[in-house]
Amino acid sequence: MNARDTILRRIRAATADAPPAEAVSRGYRTAGGAVRHEPGEDDLIALFAHRVDDYHASVRRVPAGEAAQAVGAAARERGLTTLAVPPGLPEEWTSGLTAVRLLRDDPPLAPGELDRAGGVITGCAVAIAETGTIVLDAGPGQGRRALTLLPDYHLCVVPADRVVRGVPEAVALLDPRRPQTWISGPSATSDIELDRVEGVHGPRVLDVIILGN
Amino acid sequence: MSGTFLGMPAFPVNAADAVQNSQLRHNLRRATHTIRDKRSRVVAEVPDWAELRSAAKAIKDAALRDLDRHLLRLEETVQAAGGHVHWARDAAEACRIVTDLVRATGETEVVKVKSMATQEIGLNEALADSGIHAYETDLAELIVQLGDDRPSHIVVPAIHRNRAEIREIFLRAMPDASPDLTDDPAALAEAARLHLRQRFLSSKVAISGANFAIAETGTLVVVESEGNGRMCLTLPETLISVVGIEKVLPTWRDLEVFLQLLPRSATGERMNPYTSTWTAATEGQTFHLVLLDNGRTDVLADEVGRQALRCIRCAACLNVCPVYERAGGHAYGSVYPGPIGAILTPQMRGMGTPLDDSLPYASTLCGACYDVCPVAIDIPEVLVHLRDRSSHPRAERAALRAAGWMLARPERLARAQRLAFRLRRLVPRRLPGPLSAWTDTRDLPDIPPESFRDWWKRTEGGTR
Ligand code: SF4
Repeated sequence: MNARDTILRRIRAATADAPPAEAVSRGYRTAGGAVRHEPGEDDLIALFAHRVDDYHASVRRVPAGEAAQAVGAAARERGLTTLAVPPGLPEEWTSGLTAVRLLRDDPPLAPGELDRAGGVITGCAVAIAETGTIVLDAGPGQGRRALTLLPDYHLCVVPADRVVRGVPEAVALLDPRRPQTWISGPSATSDIELDRVEGVHGPRVLDVIILGN
Repeated sequence: MSGTFLGMPAFPVNAADAVQNSQLRHNLRRATHTIRDKRSRVVAEVPDWAELRSAAKAIKDAALRDLDRHLLRLEETVQAAGGHVHWARDAAEACRIVTDLVRATGETEVVKVKSMATQEIGLNEALADSGIHAYETDLAELIVQLGDDRPSHIVVPAIHRNRAEIREIFLRAMPDASPDLTDDPAALAEAARLHLRQRFLSSKVAISGANFAIAETGTLVVVESEGNGRMCLTLPETLISVVGIEKVLPTWRDLEVFLQLLPRSATGERMNPYTSTWTAATEGQTFHLVLLDNGRTDVLADEVGRQALRCIRCAACLNVCPVYERAGGHAYGSVYPGPIGAILTPQMRGMGTPLDDSLPYASTLCGACYDVCPVAIDIPEVLVHLRDRSSHPRAERAALRAAGWMLARPERLARAQRLAFRLRRLVPRRLPGPLSAWTDTRDLPDIPPESFRDWWKRTEGGTR
């Protein structure tokens, strides 16, 4: 008997007299269910900003029309000279970057080029307020997975209407067939005496711009 | 990693050694207390934690009940998305499959993401025997590998090493480390970043495990912090994932439960820095899924013990365990230390060796592990059940069973404590049998004339 059949046979024998599986009761806060707000945190966007800040990522909130200024300010602050750009990113977001060379990932940049890029700018598919998480799913303006991995700096623009309350809302909106990267703060490790160090292999710095209210 | 867990002495012998090592005890105490405090804070802010926990238990139980069906579905969805699926009855078969897959690529070096399953099957050693070098990329695993050592904790495997030791290991085993390297954790992390960067960019084959495998969609999920996981999952042309059959979740939606429970339980964060999900041949990669049994179906066959398969490896039970805190991870002689190891290892390996027989006794049955477990595994219940199955003398088993029964429920404990105060002159200073090594290094504490609970009640919290 091959391994597959043996394992399946073992499983069937092991569970033969177990009672049938019970229906899963989802008594927790599900997507679309009543939202139980924390006192003082009923503004989802404020909650998201607060939680991102907890990870030592910088957050700024700007009105919808001021993306270009905010991106320009971030680039100046971080002293960027090059920035990788995924296909499908709104042109307007990078329109204020006069002193920065844009590296368009179309055709795809070689890993070495990406590694040398000063940073990368993306949008996102969904953002989760309660956990301060941004999710990229390789959609327009988000790029392939390596794009936000190799450069040492990630600037993520989050349109306010992408922010949802919790994990269930995000899971319901996301398509599992698309590769996803859930990002909560810069890469980090606590492996050495539990001292948190930001930045190991992923970007060491994450800036988030929340666009519109 | 060349360290091996095979042929290790029984838990009490290992534990006695560890208890003598004060550096280890200091590190462990600090680590476990830090993580458990963080965990309680972020768990307390989730208003529906109890409901999430019971849903998680129910989802896992349903997945295990119809495991054959879900695995077949997983195979179908992974294949439909362009992936290849392999089945491995045991460690040797899994190692052979992976070795052959790597050989077929012509590569002799692979990068690895931290994975309990590949440690369990001794994959690095098997690959080395075939001339393939596996590079661990998780910082802690790198420290363990370069130090020719064994991991001691599920989530923070190098927690038994302090910064000075890590610096020495890096200077000795990392050819590119600067001689000026300090023992500042940021500098050590930077050294690891530089050391591995070129390897990530040039590696053609990566090996990973997975935290979850979604039957309905064929999607695999890896939860991590450093980004080394993303490197391995994204850059190489070939990805081989070795996944225990109990990792399957029936639906994509089930993730909404586990992605809330796991990070908060494991590291005390609201969310871990990076979670990657991918469905088979993503972005042009070649993808192989190796489904591993290796004793899991034996666990599944035990009516009481099978709940151990719900485990999502968060290590919360280690961080609250008084025995783990003093004995450390190595004493358990397995890649699965702490309370979960005490119930999983003997079941997976089949009891019979002195080590595996002694593991169900590596607990005081205080129940703290059950309280924190995000999938509600009743570890004390399984421990008592396994003690029954072990080869210790019957009388001793009966005594320990009674102890288990008492300690499992607070009200029974309270009653028994009161009884014990009356009988305290009759209590021995040493525990019997396999627990004697434990009391060899410490006296059993005196039984006070009144329990804390009773004192608290009588004095209304000390105010009277
Ligand atoms: S037994 Fe529970 S608490 Fe322990 S590692 Fe597994 S899931 Fe976490």
